[in-house]
Amino acid sequence: MKEWRNFTEGTWTEEINVSDFIQKNYKEYSGDESFLKGVTPRTKKVWSHCEKLLNEELKKHVLDIDTLHMSGINAYEAGYIDQENEVIVGLQTDQPLKRIVNPYGGIRMVYQELGAYGYQLDPTVDRYFNEFRKTHNQGVFDAYNDEIRKARHVGLLTGLPDAYGRGRIIGDYRRVALYGIDFLIEKKKEDLQELVGPMSNDLIQLREDVSMQCVALEEMKQMALKYGYDISKPASNAKEAIQWTYFAYLAAVKENNGAAMSLGRVDAFFDIYIERDFEEGTLTEEEAQELIDQFVIKLRLVRHLRTPDYDELFSGDPTWVTCSIGGVGVDTRPMVTKTSYRIVHTLTNLDPSPEPNMTILWSLDLPEKFKHYCSKMSIQTDAIQYENDDIMRPIFGDDYAIACCVSAMRVGKDMQFFGARCNLAKALLYSINGGVDEITKDKVLEIVEPMQDEILDYDKVKKAYYEVLEEIARIYSDAMNIIHYMHDKYAYEKGQMALHDTKVRRLMAYGVAGLSVVADSLSAIRYAKVKPIRDEDGITVDFEIEGDFPKYGNDDDRVDDIAKEVLEKFYQELCKHTPYRKAEVTLSVLTITSNVVYGSKTGATPDGRKKGVAFAPGANPMHGRDMSGAIASLNSVAKLKYSECCRDGISNTFSIIPSALGENKEEQIDNLVNVLDGYFAQGAHHLNVNVLDRSLLEDAMEHPDKYPLLTIRVSGYAVRFNRLTRKQQEEVIARTFHSKM
Amino acid sequence: MLGSVDSIETFGLVDGPGIRTVIFLNGCALRCKYCHNPEMWKLGKMNMSVEEVVAKIKRNRPYFRESGGGVTFSGGEPLMQVDFVIEVSKILKEEGIHVALDTAGVGIGRYEEVLKYIDLVILDIKHLTEDGYQDLVGHDMNEYKKFLEICQKLKKPLWIRQVVVPGVHDNKEYMEMLVDYLKKIQYVERIEFLPYHKLGSEKYERLGIFNPYKDKEPMDEKKCDKLYKKYIAKNFTNKS
Repeated sequence: MKEWRNFTEGTWTEEINVSDFIQKNYKEYSGDESFLKGVTPRTKKVWSHCEKLLNEELKKHVLDIDTLHMSGINAYEAGYIDQENEVIVGLQTDQPLKRIVNPYGGIRMVYQELGAYGYQLDPTVDRYFNEFRKTHNQGVFDAYNDEIRKARHVGLLTGLPDAYGRGRIIGDYRRVALYGIDFLIEKKKEDLQELVGPMSNDLIQLREDVSMQCVALEEMKQMALKYGYDISKPASNAKEAIQWTYFAYLAAVKENNGAAMSLGRVDAFFDIYIERDFEEGTLTEEEAQELIDQFVIKLRLVRHLRTPDYDELFSGDPTWVTCSIGGVGVDTRPMVTKTSYRIVHTLTNLDPSPEPNMTILWSLDLPEKFKHYCSKMSIQTDAIQYENDDIMRPIFGDDYAIACCVSAMRVGKDMQFFGARCNLAKALLYSINGGVDEITKDKVLEIVEPMQDEILDYDKVKKAYYEVLEEIARIYSDAMNIIHYMHDKYAYEKGQMALHDTKVRRLMAYGVAGLSVVADSLSAIRYAKVKPIRDEDGITVDFEIEGDFPKYGNDDDRVDDIAKEVLEKFYQELCKHTPYRKAEVTLSVLTITSNVVYGSKTGATPDGRKKGVAFAPGANPMHGRDMSGAIASLNSVAKLKYSECCRDGISNTFSIIPSALGENKEEQIDNLVNVLDGYFAQGAHHLNVNVLDRSLLEDAMEHPDKYPLLTIRVSGYAVRFNRLTRKQQEEVIARTFHSKM
Repeated sequence: MLGSVDSIETFGLVDGPGIRTVIFLNGCALRCKYCHNPEMWKLGKMNMSVEEVVAKIKRNRPYFRESGGGVTFSGGEPLMQVDFVIEVSKILKEEGIHVALDTAGVGIGRYEEVLKYIDLVILDIKHLTEDGYQDLVGHDMNEYKKFLEICQKLKKPLWIRQVVVPGVHDNKEYMEMLVDYLKKIQYVERIEFLPYHKLGSEKYERLGIFNPYKDKEPMDEKKCDKLYKKYIAKNFTNKS
């Protein structure tokens, strides 16, 4: 095939196997960043158009909404930013930053979203979704039982994707570039032929899925044709490879509004095409960078329509276009290519930006110069996160990517059922209050008796807490099964799933919030004297603590072991239930910015945290309690077991002031590399890195106009500081900034 | 054996090479006017055993390995607890961990013995004249001189530190004197200027201790940089 000229052949030529293609063809790069080129005049023009629009959007919050069309792969006309200067084309709708209405998740949500910005739905569509078409949200609430409704209402289970797209699915968008749509349809049709046997529910469902996937592939082809591209055949050069891949991704964000719509892993893949063009003399370095810059511009313009409630939970319009970069192959060759550099370099060529969510798959064996470059860019931009390739590779191989913040999946082979999270700290209060919510006073769980003790007894509390966790695991599992059954039924991601193997592995991704609060609370009960303060209804609403106790974040096993044990217990309990579609159970310790809202919905806790105070994000120690320096803090988090119980990720956000990182730039860069190496050498999973002064953030809070580009890492993603809510800004500032006098 | 430990900082990046665990030991015979850790002057409760300190340090080895870091004894004045430093350092040496001593050189003896286990001495230069020294730290120079002599005899690598106080050090005479002085010292690997800052002043208030520099202005960082470039970077090209 002429599109595959000069590629080394392998099993990838016979079957869909992008990983094999990459391994046989990529050229690793161990040099430094000196080859990188600046921005081209064309890119400059396109980006300056975007900057204007982005500024306008920031003021209005939402630039425009298309209320005439409903989400769909081929539902919109072609749209451009500055057509003559765009080398990569394609927008979600016919105008940049114009948002899509997606009613498949839930029509009521759409009313709230449109209402918030003064828009109204086209009456025909409105009628259609009210009279003829049921949505995911309606399906879920038809099936929810009372205990799930209660757990959801009081905020014990929160952020469940029962009214919006579940997201966190990464299509293997590269397949479109490597094989072209026609080959993919042909393979899906073969798969369908082979799905025979007694027509069980599972088989019927899968046959319907695959048929819908074929329709989606056809729609992708039609959508690309509107832009004048025929993607039925494979891409024949770098520009086409990037364009085809982007069309496939674009199809995903036209069809779905999932919380996280991640890109996957494209650096080595694109690099193969770029290198071939270089050899054929048809591309220069400037042009290669231009392709990447313009591709990244497109990723930065992805938007979804959200409600103000949602924004409060996840601020700054995050889309989690997570882009996984680097890593090492199973054969031990680093997978860093020049394109790994080119992607990170967009932070310089354009400006520091939260999206795409740049995620370096860190290994001790990455080339030193690449480590150095990433560290330098982290210090400059605070826009990069790091995840431990050395612990993920043995589980997921070398063609996995991160969805959202920390969720690893084999690209095109795994998908996940996203499950947001359970508020572990609230659960602890239930074990003290006999299953009664400390704020709403609803009886949520029937199983435990309230504690009557003057001073809380560790063994009694722990026993009751574990019973509570068992009960919650059951309710949580029921809720997840209902949600994902209905999501598949009413809002199936046919485009993204068309870019997966037909026999896909499914992961049931549960999550927890408030881990550090629980660990410190149990530690306080065990090592200090904790006296519950009860109100007139006998509900414990506060605690008096006498004496000191070990706190999570100081590398102290006495409390760190409690955190470990609670996680293991909850995971084991979740595993006891049967997940929908034979999914495998996974668990994450991640909050994103929702730690603020979880905290505000949770009463005072036995660790001395007052009612309403924000939790620490993800697996972080509570603010200001990690008193032994950054390494001790990292050591505590590193004790949580990734491969044993938290395969959906353990998020840690690390903030340090520049002068504490070293005396000069060069030392700071080296030291950050050493921190990452040291942290990950212990088997830790994830680290967000912020290098900045607290005073800078305080100033930015008071004078947002002075810092329009200030980007910081919060739990699992980066965000422009001025797009956080005031409360979230305050929480970020309250975090421990590691410094030393 | 027990030591009096104020705190342990696990992420020390400025007290020696690489990422270091810094052990802050209580007790100091000097009363430097600019001291920012007055809470460590007194030898407090003996609160940690040699074994406990060693165990904490060993947890951080992955970071030492990658960064060429190790342990730094600081304070207070670590030489005031020289026996404890010797016991801990002995074990660290057996473990192959790099040990630095952040000191003003004024302790209670056993210098030759402790230096056997020390890879790097970070030496605080207070002032170069007898009067200036006495006035600034409330102690004579003899002990400091004795310690430096032993360092020189044992050929210990030195990082020299000078806190620069406005009105005391930031003048031509002192700077020229410093250059001459440093030229006579051997085995110096690095020379650092630390501009006097006010971050410790709130501690004086909390502890109810008289702060002689209460109204002192902090050292202008830019001016400090300029002095460094003019006198140190120029004269000691490979040590800055």
